[in-house]
Amino acid sequence: MGTTAVERPASKATTEARRRRVVGLGTLVVILVVAGAVSLAVGARALSPAEVWHGLFAAPDPDQRLTEIRLIVQTVRVPRTVLAIVAGIALGVGGALIQGYTRNPIADTGLLGVNSGASFAVVSVIAVFGFDNPFQYVWFAFLGAAVAGVVVFGLASIGRGAGNPLTLALAGQGVTVFLAAMTTAVALSDKESLNALRFWNAGSVAGVGFDVIWPVTAFIAVGLVLALTTLPAINLLNLGDDVARGLGVNITLSRTIGIAAITLLAGAATAACGPIAFLGLMVAHVARYLTGPDYRWLVPYAGLLGAVVLLVCDIVGRLVVRPGELDAGVLVALLGAPFFAGLVWRGKFKNA
Amino acid sequence: MNGTELKPSVAPGVRLGHVSFVWRPWIVLVTLLLAGASFLVFCLSIGIGDFPISLPRVIATITGGGEQVDEFVIMDLRMPRALAGLVVGIALGVSGAITQSVARNPLASPDILGITSGAGAVAVFGVTVSGGAAAAVVDSVGLSAAALAGGLGTGLLVYFLAWRRGIDGFRLILIGISVSAVMQAITTWLLVTADIRDVARAQAWLVGSLDDRSWGEVRIALWCTLVLLIVVACVAFQFKPLHFGDEVAAGLGVRYSMVRAILLLCAVLLAGVAVSAAGPVPFVALVAPQVAMRLARCPTPPMVASGMVGALLLIGSDLVARTALPITLPVGVVTAAIGGPFLVYLLVRANRR
Repeated sequence: MGTTAVERPASKATTEARRRRVVGLGTLVVILVVAGAVSLAVGARALSPAEVWHGLFAAPDPDQRLTEIRLIVQTVRVPRTVLAIVAGIALGVGGALIQGYTRNPIADTGLLGVNSGASFAVVSVIAVFGFDNPFQYVWFAFLGAAVAGVVVFGLASIGRGAGNPLTLALAGQGVTVFLAAMTTAVALSDKESLNALRFWNAGSVAGVGFDVIWPVTAFIAVGLVLALTTLPAINLLNLGDDVARGLGVNITLSRTIGIAAITLLAGAATAACGPIAFLGLMVAHVARYLTGPDYRWLVPYAGLLGAVVLLVCDIVGRLVVRPGELDAGVLVALLGAPFFAGLVWRGKFKNA
Repeated sequence: MNGTELKPSVAPGVRLGHVSFVWRPWIVLVTLLLAGASFLVFCLSIGIGDFPISLPRVIATITGGGEQVDEFVIMDLRMPRALAGLVVGIALGVSGAITQSVARNPLASPDILGITSGAGAVAVFGVTVSGGAAAAVVDSVGLSAAALAGGLGTGLLVYFLAWRRGIDGFRLILIGISVSAVMQAITTWLLVTADIRDVARAQAWLVGSLDDRSWGEVRIALWCTLVLLIVVACVAFQFKPLHFGDEVAAGLGVRYSMVRAILLLCAVLLAGVAVSAAGPVPFVALVAPQVAMRLARCPTPPMVASGMVGALLLIGSDLVARTALPITLPVGVVTAAIGGPFLVYLLVRANRR
């Protein structure tokens, strides 16, 4: 930012800390790659590494068995693996950002009304248009999430104290409460909506094709770019608005960008997978424990952790109730929460 | 300063014997107004129905006079429902005020301490799973009792999991969120695997309702709430200094760890009572303290006023649900539909000033 940056000799401790963080980040990437490979091989029909390789890269083959493997890998395993990674990154980054912007350690990605907006849109379009295929309502879900996010941010920015973290959190809570009530009202009066709602609520990365995944990924990519540009500003905002303003942060601008990023990330991920609660909150705390409060490190960690957790939960979900599957959203809570509670009990987390 | 005395900007203190408190007329006025409004809506709710009774006759009957016909309709038919609304509203409001004060976090509510989600998981289990030993147990004790046991069990589990040389608000809430997440995941999974007819029943139960209350249930809820409120009132005096942090409170002679533990236990039990009387009515405990705080213009959730807002919200919503809406909706839906926007309205108004 400054043109006359003063070269400071980096102390040994900071170089050491930076080295550790980079190594940690590398480790997470390695874990993610391994988990991705496992995710391609594991499922109702287990595949050997050679078969996966073949399924991914081999040319079409008349052999019946090989064609089947190709089909499984390319239309089932690859999409859900990609989606788990993309959505996991989005929810992890979103969770870290929302905690940063609201300065509230119990804020989750659903706080801005994103989840309830998406759910309300889903039950409404089913009740009104009678859709029965998830592909028909993905975009309505995204629209609902986006509208809810915009409404919450708009309500919180009226007048003085625009974007005050407390007002933002409470306005989000108020809108969420209202939309959840409306969702229940619709679902109780329309059986088809209720039926769809219960599957939607479970949150799953399975069964979504690339025709949905690519656009969702594009939205998430935009959200990630926006998020990354605001990271230095969050660090300063967490020192308090006055300090941040004094240090030259355009508070309104960076908040607006931040909220837009969170809405894009959480909204797109929710539209594709359904509401996956708890993931963002959990990985944000674990990331803070690993990196300390510097958001320039915390957010990438949270993103990678989110992807690892969601992917691992999806893999485990395919194994535990064979031949059926347990939805990833359910498993995130079932597996993640006890682990998280253990860390809490041992006093690993700081009040952000 | 021109030698003039600075006017004290603090509210005047009042001392009566050993008791001293700060005289804030606005809070008292707001609380009294809320109490009056609650009573009015309570009486209206009793009076309105298939057999309408005018307001003066309702009040006369409640206070002991009144005609025999009115007495039958009011005392036997309508009173349990209205009283359940009142008790549940007060219990949830106070419970929410305690939770938010102890956690010093406006997003905290007894909902995330596991009571609601625990009760919900057990109730959904009872509705959707048939056969097996566990289902037989649920059948034998009844759904409400099983749900209450589940809720209290989960709440106490959270409480003891979070216990580590005393209760810390932040730790309690994070543990509560984790346990609630597990319970909600179980609920979701049960709903996904269940038959759609059972799902509708379970969903209706999950929202909370005041239909078909009997005097027996209401009487138990009433007495439990009264006892708990008395405990809260005894401890609450010691609680104020905790808003300044543990060190200051300890310096003022407050045994903060114990005060906090007792109050939180009361919050858990109050929320449990509410669940037993009306099912897991969502959001009242979250919204009521924040609304009360803004109406009474105090920096922390006021306990009495929160209880009153909760009662007003619940009875008012029940009245609206019964009379004004074309379709019948459970009271929990209407409570959220009214409470959420009202909270937003208060926020926006405060910002524009």
